[in-house]
Amino acid sequence: MSASGATMTAGRTEGVTSLQRFTRRRSTIAFLMTLPLIAVIGGLVVYPAGYAMYLSTLNRRMTEFIGLEQFAILLDTDTFWMVIAQSCIFAVSAVLLKALIGFWLAHMLHDIPAKGQRKWRGMLLVPWVIPPALSTLGWWWMFDPSYSSINYLLNVFAVPSVPWLGEPWWARTSVIIVNVWYGAPFFMIMYLAALKSVPEQLYEAAAIDGATGFQRLRYVTLPMMRNIISITVLFSLIVTFANYDIVRVLTNGGPRDLTHVFATYAFQVGILSGNVPRGAAVSLFMFPLLAIFAFFVLRGVTRRNKEES
Amino acid sequence: MAQGMTRRDMLRAGAGAVAIAGGTALTAPAVHAQATTTLRCGFWDHWVPAGNGIMRELCAEWGRNNRVDVQVDFITSVGNQNLLTIAAQAQARSGHDILSFPTWEPSAHARLLEPVDDIVGRLIGKYGPINPTAEYLAKREGAWRAIPAVSGSQHKPSLARFDLLQEHAGLDVRAMYPAEDRAGPGVDQWNWATFLTAAEKCAAAGFHFGLPMGSFTDAVDWVGAFFRSHNAKFIDENGQVTVRRDPGVRAGLEYLVRLARFLPNDVWAWDDASNNRALISGRSALIFNPPSTWAVAKRDAPAVAEKCWTFPMPAGPAGRFTPYLPYFWGIWSFSRNKTAAKGLLEFLSDRTSADRQTTTSSGYDIPPFGSMSNFDIWRTEGPPTGVVYNYPLKPHHQAQQSIAFAPAPAEIAVQAYNQAINTKLVARVAQGGETIDQALTWAERELRNFARG
Repeated sequence: MSASGATMTAGRTEGVTSLQRFTRRRSTIAFLMTLPLIAVIGGLVVYPAGYAMYLSTLNRRMTEFIGLEQFAILLDTDTFWMVIAQSCIFAVSAVLLKALIGFWLAHMLHDIPAKGQRKWRGMLLVPWVIPPALSTLGWWWMFDPSYSSINYLLNVFAVPSVPWLGEPWWARTSVIIVNVWYGAPFFMIMYLAALKSVPEQLYEAAAIDGATGFQRLRYVTLPMMRNIISITVLFSLIVTFANYDIVRVLTNGGPRDLTHVFATYAFQVGILSGNVPRGAAVSLFMFPLLAIFAFFVLRGVTRRNKEES
Repeated sequence: MAQGMTRRDMLRAGAGAVAIAGGTALTAPAVHAQATTTLRCGFWDHWVPAGNGIMRELCAEWGRNNRVDVQVDFITSVGNQNLLTIAAQAQARSGHDILSFPTWEPSAHARLLEPVDDIVGRLIGKYGPINPTAEYLAKREGAWRAIPAVSGSQHKPSLARFDLLQEHAGLDVRAMYPAEDRAGPGVDQWNWATFLTAAEKCAAAGFHFGLPMGSFTDAVDWVGAFFRSHNAKFIDENGQVTVRRDPGVRAGLEYLVRLARFLPNDVWAWDDASNNRALISGRSALIFNPPSTWAVAKRDAPAVAEKCWTFPMPAGPAGRFTPYLPYFWGIWSFSRNKTAAKGLLEFLSDRTSADRQTTTSSGYDIPPFGSMSNFDIWRTEGPPTGVVYNYPLKPHHQAQQSIAFAPAPAEIAVQAYNQAINTKLVARVAQGGETIDQALTWAERELRNFARG
């Protein structure tokens, strides 16, 4: 502190300009070095988000500022309330299932000897690696209203055909199934990494204390994985809420709009129906919901980190 | 040069010639000269593979004759890529000079489109009136904002298995609508009541009519034409929502709920390919579609294709209406080559070019002029020969083109169209178990909100 003060004093006396002093500051250099990143975030995140907010305040022809009127109209639309409900049902149930299946798979993998583990890990990651638009097309062929291959197999065993995409609840179930199939490997790999970082001594101590399998899970594994579970669930919830391709390819929001989620409805309203401001309002609607959720999750993580340190 | 002309004189003369040619670039053919203008066109990527080739050929031909370098891109409508391109270029005020605009886009971007009344006026002078549906979609504030295109424009009339209709419903559609300019016996009975009876009989025989009821265009289009033939207006021309008190809507809805009982139980999830597959696979007796289904059947299921026949839609109390889904060619107002663009579009719209486009697309492309409904391809295409003779509207059909939700103001109608309010109305009653009044109340509220903001 005193050294830098001396340099500054010396700088002033030796005729160093204020610009030179400014550029020599550590904070300035740090800022300059992060400038490319700031520019990328500004250009690819802040600007589009700001522009979307601006668009949502315009009228349909984008010629007049109408404040929050587009949001008020949306809240007066039955279909939009349905979209809110469906987005929540879709995201919450899909994330919950992905977390449970991922957790179970991670444990299964963790118990496989290291030699064979890599092979299984690779195979289980395949759904997550295939581009979802492509894999969803495969699922669509299996669910096809008239020529479903799953129905063909069911019929072989004398089970009647299931209207996978034609009946609202089956259609909802179908999009959730595909999302879980696609996303569960991500949870699996994250939980597997977390499991591997749990010190073996804790399990040994628990075993000496006579803990059952469930007690080891409840009092050792889960507390040690709490942060990674929170972060993974938060991340997945954001991604699932914003999901577009699965619903678009599989049901296009049908039947009767009963599988639309925010992103597909925003596309239908904004691009297909030519009402860009209202489409922007739809897509911005999930932002406050997710921001509140993210705030609480991240606050919990920070608190636990502080307690541990 | 050999006769005393110096190199300097030659250059001077050449520069003068270029200046003259530049001033009359669009009128003076200069086959060997260099192009001075570059025109960028984004046309619709045609379903029929040869459809792109003819557009490229026509553009090159016009470019050569007018010393314009015409660059052609083909933009697919798969995944709505063309809509995204249009939206992006409209936002950026930059991109192609000419774009193909799907049905509702000219009115959505009317303010950014160069008026083309001069070209349309000349074309109408030569070929007669353009159909009213195309005019409704392309004309804004008294000006034509785009030219109804040949390439990509389609009708969706009845396309049926004549053998199945004759065997199970007693309808001889080839006799009713032969490949000639005359109506046959039974045409006066070809209405929605007869259609319902035929649907019931064919369903009983295991050959359901393949009528989609989802949210894709095939569904919205045929249901829109059906309601139009019942004089049903969801919204009137002034933007007033009339759906709940319109007797045509109620009567049409009651009919469609009855009809739905004879359709496959999964039609609520059908997309634009499902009805095609139903016909091609031999499961269905009738669909509403352009001849592309027949063309695929000719390749994949020739036995089915040989028994297909295209004929007009059934008539309703207000007349006979055929679903029509036109494309438009528009010039952005920010284009720097408007004169050249207009020249090219006029060339693409003339009868010879239209004939070449339609012929190359095996009859799929429908020109906007009634006077162009007699191209040879519709007479000769087969088997069976004449299968698509009645695909374009002929005077003896006594039919008109229709687009769902017309005559509502286009900016409201487009929202109702793309959100499939008409098919969802039917689905709410027939599949969702709502009463007609409940469904109409829902539709009224949705439509009112489309008009707000």
